[in-house]
Order: sequence, then structure tokens, then C-alpha cells
Amino acid sequence: MTAAEDPFIPLPYCVGRVRRETGDTASLELLPLAGPRPSFKAGQFNMLTAFGVGEVAISMSGDPAETEGFVHTVRNVGAVSGALARLETGAALGLRGPFGTAWPTEEAIGADVLIVAGGLGLAPLRPAIYEVLARRERYGRVVLLYGTRSPRDILYRAEMGRWRRRLDVDIEITVDHADPAWHGNVGVVPRLIPRMSFDPQNTFAMVCGPEVMMRFTASALHEAGVSFERIWISMERNMKCAIGLCGHCQFGPDFICKDGPVMRYDRIASLLAVREI
Amino acid sequence: MAQDGLSVGVKAVIGREEIGALIAALSARGWRVLGPRVRDGAIIYDDVAGLDDLPAGWTDTQEAGRYRIERRTDAALFGYAVGPHSWKRFLHPPVERLWQARREGDKVTIIAEKNDEKFAFLGVRACELAAIMVQDRVFMEGPYPDTAYRKRRENTFLIAVNCGEAGGTCFCVSMKTGPKAQAGFDLALTELIEGERHEFLVEVGSEAGGAVLADLPRRPAAPEDIAAAEAVTARTANAMGRTLETEGLKELLQGNPEHPRWDDVAQRCLACANCTMVCPTCFCTTIADVSALDGTAERVRKWDSCFSLDFSYIHGGSVRKETKSRYRQWMTHKLAHWIDQFGTSGCVGCGRCITWCPVGIDITEEAASIRADSGKCQEGGNGRA
Ligand SMILES: Cc1cc2nc3c(=O)[nH]c(=O)nc-3n(C[C@H](O)[C@H](O)[C@H](O)COP(=O)(O)OP(=O)(O)OC[C@H]3O[C@@H](n4cnc5c(N)ncnc54)[C@H](O)[C@@H]3O)c2cc1C
Ligand code: SF4
Ligand code: SF4
Ligand code: FES
Repeated sequence: MTAAEDPFIPLPYCVGRVRRETGDTASLELLPLAGPRPSFKAGQFNMLTAFGVGEVAISMSGDPAETEGFVHTVRNVGAVSGALARLETGAALGLRGPFGTAWPTEEAIGADVLIVAGGLGLAPLRPAIYEVLARRERYGRVVLLYGTRSPRDILYRAEMGRWRRRLDVDIEITVDHADPAWHGNVGVVPRLIPRMSFDPQNTFAMVCGPEVMMRFTASALHEAGVSFERIWISMERNMKCAIGLCGHCQFGPDFICKDGPVMRYDRIASLLAVREI
Repeated sequence: MAQDGLSVGVKAVIGREEIGALIAALSARGWRVLGPRVRDGAIIYDDVAGLDDLPAGWTDTQEAGRYRIERRTDAALFGYAVGPHSWKRFLHPPVERLWQARREGDKVTIIAEKNDEKFAFLGVRACELAAIMVQDRVFMEGPYPDTAYRKRRENTFLIAVNCGEAGGTCFCVSMKTGPKAQAGFDLALTELIEGERHEFLVEVGSEAGGAVLADLPRRPAAPEDIAAAEAVTARTANAMGRTLETEGLKELLQGNPEHPRWDDVAQRCLACANCTMVCPTCFCTTIADVSALDGTAERVRKWDSCFSLDFSYIHGGSVRKETKSRYRQWMTHKLAHWIDQFGTSGCVGCGRCITWCPVGIDITEEAASIRADSGKCQEGGNGRA
């Protein structure tokens, strides 16, 4: 039986290039050991197995248009993510995927695009940024807001620098805790929203970060005039299977693994307001 | 298929002894026959080799938080309701290896499990048949069918037994799943006991069932036999231990996540997960990866429960910290979200979660309380009398 027939069976991949992004976070290029890399959409995720340790959900953070491997940005927060983040070039691992729903980069054509990331939430949004920038002329204004704990935690630093130099993208970065060298914004990311220029009637917002951050961001966007139907967030829940069979990721009637992770805000706003749902 | 197989819908009568012949015929055809047995004071499901293994002359009495087996005055083979086991433990086992990985140098080979066992289940109640069909939807009808479940399921022979007695916590009539098996079986039995008479009406539900029945000594069913069998299930239907009003139940539960009754039940619930373990439809699992020194690694899948704190753990803490939110998840999933997810209720009315709850929490009573109080709750009061 091959993996194509059994969605529980991981395929063997090996680690290509590794980039240490911050003290606890690494971006890994993963290359298939057999066959081509399946195509994926911005916002989707894979289940990565560190053999003998475990399996966790990690979003793609690379460019969907590049065909060679997958790129994943992993933060070491525990046993499995730690084992993955420590992998070196040439190491073998298992991969199942891609799974889940995508950012609305197609629907957003012709509209302004507002991308709001908190912390590691920038990783699942990066494929959407690549897609939008690759056909920049098809969108209206493009705004990227990124909030992180401290200047040391800024991801994709070099790339951020390049994007910031572009005249057709408005980028603001804010940190919770500044250091003496920091001259930029300090504070939570939703506070940046009123300062940015975009057409609230014709904007698609894509938001990823901690759940509270996404809730506050959605409220701030709503106050600025963006309707909930135009706000998309990426949800996170415990995941053991990613294929709707283990029950762990349930969020009301939805399974975050297959009905999400990217979900339209108006569909989940009322459930998000219930504690411990 | 055997040419002399009996066609679907055919009804015949066999004697009590022929149940032994049925077990033998199935074994001879390569099925592992599983059926009811008495063990440790309960009727459970395990391998049965012949008539003597069956719980002849035993029954069970059940109430919220209470289960006991007792002697009957007759020698009925299926004179009990349901016990702590369900057929889920064979089709969706409590612990199951999903694959093994072997490493040689840089090369990793992943080996899938075979799952080629053939099960025959003897004594599947109508509610249990419904539960199997609920799990069929979960595991086989989504975008990613479960290979292991599907293989086992396709190789399973189902012998239903229509209920001659309702258990004290049964409510299959409310859930429209019993007490008579309507479809999905290979053979269905109704036990007919009257004075000296002890026979079974057998109905053929599939071609495979017809072929097996063709091997057994039998006589054609007379209209009186069919009427006698109908009377058995009609009597059972009138003796249900519980009822559950299902009208509007999905909207009721989905519309009341903050109902005070959830706090009330949380005062009693021990979050022990018994209800999810005994439930024939609960399907949740977790995985565990283990590695051996010889370079092999394997992944095992195990039953899990939404009542555990770990179940909803994400980095930083569990989503459902309070018992209240875990009980709400369980009951709302069962009776409401399941309908959105799989087009059917997740409850078949078997009563196991009521019987096996150590503190006797009753899903039918909890649902009724939320219904009774929901008006007050929506007016903004705290809804408690
Ligand atoms: C759709 C999705 C996309 C994700 N994308 C990324 C990403 O791009 N980069 C990244 O670093 N992390 C991502 N995560 C989070 C990542 O899955 C967790 O950090 C990881 O599961 C932690 O596992 P652990 O064993 O290292 O830690 P522990 O804290 O020891 O976790 C124990 C177990 O709990 C479960 N678990 C814990 N936290 C999470 C969580 N946040 N989400 C789901 N299951 C969890 C896992 O089964 C894990 O094995 C994503 C999660 C989801 C659901
Ligand atoms: S919820 Fe209770 S009564 Fe319903 S199927 Fe499960 S165990 Fe049986
Ligand atoms: S009730 Fe709980 S354990 Fe049962 S299927 Fe639903 S989430 Fe899983
Ligand atoms: S992760 Fe298993 S059902 Fe969604």
C-alpha cells in the first residue's frame, strides 16, 4: 500500500537547505525522496513526522509557484517541533499532505489586500504574500502589518527588508518589547490598522496569529469598515490526523483540519466568542 | 456465491441448536466468529467457538450508573440488552498500529499494516447496527476514507438479533434505530421462546447471508412465525427505559452553549471518559510514536476522549480546561454537530453512557433539562429555578 492509497502513511522526505531564522525557529526546505512534490495552495499545511518522536501540523511557508520542495518554518516549543527544528541537511523525515483550506488570494483580485500577522503567524501568510507580489498589478493597495514579541524575533529579516524597499507595498512592523536599537512601532498590531490607508469597502484581510490577536484584529478591521465576510483567519487546534478522523480539531460543527485552517470570519465569529468551545 | 444461496428477504425458522451450526459454518468459511459471553459479571463480546460459549439463560438489569447480570427463567441465548462492549472494539480497535518505519542508513522504508482479518459478529442489536453505519459514514464517506477500517468492514459478516427485551436505559425508539434491525445485516435473528418452543426466525439480508443460511437445517417461515417475531419487537418497543425528544434538538443545543445546565452537570461529572469509551459511535483517537533501538519506529493509534484535558491541548494550554466545556463538547457533538458533519445523529440510543456513568449522568435527562430551561436562559436570566 502506498501513501496515495492510505492517507495515514507518511512519505519519506529529506531536509535540503536549512535557515536558522531566530533563536528557536528554523526554516527547512523538504525534498521528496520519491516522486514530485505535490502542489499546494497558500495557507495549507503538512503533517511532519520526526521518526520515533511524533507528528505535528506545520504550514507551508514557501512559494507555491516554486516546484522543488516544501518550505516550512518551525518554532521549537516542545518534543516534536524541537526535533524538527533541530534537523540538519540530509536528515530523513515523514510528510503527509497538503491539507486544509487556502487564503483567498484569487477572490481578492481587484481589491486591496491587508495581511496581518502576529508572531509565527507570518509563516502561513508568506505563501500568500508571494502570490500577491508575483502578480502585484492585479491588486489594489497591499498592506502588510506584522507584530512580534521583540526585534530579535522578526522572521524572514532579509526578505522583509527587500519588501520594505518596494514602493507598491506598505509594511509596518511593531514589537511588544523594544530594545535600545529599535526605532519602530511598539504595541499590539491591531493598533496599526487605523493608520493605514486602504478602501474598507473593497479590502480582503488575511489574518494569522494567536487567537486573541486575531479576534482583536477582526474587531479593529470591523471598526474600520471591513465586513466580516472579507476577513479570513487561520485557526489552530490540536491535530492528530489532519483528515477529519481523530476528532481533536473540532470547533463547533467544523473540523479545523479540513474545513479550515483558513476560515471566513463571519462563519465563526459567534463561536469564537464562546469560552472554551 | 453458492448457487443454492437463499435470496435477500427470505425468512426461515431454525432451532436453537442451529445457532451452533451457524457458528461452525461461519468458522469453516474463514470468519473469526465473535459473540456474547459472560465474563467478570458482564456480557461482553469475544471469540465464540460454539453454542456453549453463549450466555444462555442470562439477562442484564440496567439503570443509570448500575449494571448487573441475572439468571433468567428460560434458556434464551440473547436475553440481555447490551453490555460494556460494542463491536467498535473490533472494527475500530482501542489500540492499533498504523505503520512501521525501518531505517537503513539514510533510507527509510514505511510498511503499512495488512488488516486482512475477517470478522463475523453474532448478536448485533439494531442500535449497534445503526452505530456501525454511523461509523461507516465517519470512516468511509469523508474525503479521506480510513483504509484499515474499510478493509475490516468490507470483510465483516453481521448477524443481527432483534431485541426481545428493552434494557433499563435504552431509547432506540426515540433515535429511530431499533428495536428491529431494518437493513445492513447479512442475517437477522428473532428469538422465539414460548413454552417448549425455542426457535429463531431468520431473515436473509444479503447474498452472503443467504449462502450461509442455505447450509443450515431449517424450515420455511410460516405466517404465524413471522407474526410471532413481529410481536417480540413490538413488545420491546413499548418497554423502552428512556425517551429523548429529538425534534429541534440540534438547534436547541447549538443555540445554548452558555446554558446554566452545563455548570450543573459539571458539578457531577468526573470527566472519567467512561461514556466515550462505551459509546459505539465515539470515534476519537490519538497517536503515539515509539522507536526501538534497532532503528525501527512505529505509529500506534489509540482511542481518546474529549473528556481528557490533553485532548484539546495546544501549546500554551488546553482549550477546554473546565469539565463544563468538555461535557458540552461531548453532548453537543453527539446530538447536534454530528448531524452537520455526517448527516446523522451521533447517538443511537443504546443507553451505555447512562448505565456505565459512575455517577449516573443521563444524556436524555440533561437534554430534557436544557429544553425545559432554554426559554428562561434566552431571556437573560440565569435560568435556574
Ligand atoms: C494548521 C496548523 C498550522 C501550524 N503551522 C505551524 C507552523 O508553520 N510552524 C510552527 O512552528 N508551528 C505550527 N503549528 C503549531 C504546531 O503544530 C505546534 O507547535 C506543535 O504541534 C507543537 O508540538 P510539540 O510536540 O513540539 O509540542 P507540545 O507542546 O509538547 O505538544 C504536544 C502535542 O500537542 C499537540 N499540539 C501542541 N500544540 C499544538 C498546536 N499549536 N497546534 C496543533 N497541535 C498542537 C501536538 O499533537 C503535539 O505533538 C501549526 C498548527 C496548526 C494546527
Ligand atoms: S451517546 Fe450514549 S446512548 Fe447514545 S449511542 Fe453513545 S453510549 Fe449509546
Ligand atoms: S463525543 Fe467526544 S470522544 Fe465522542 S466523537 Fe465527539 S468529540 Fe470524540
Ligand atoms: S486533526 Fe484529526 S479530525 Fe482534524
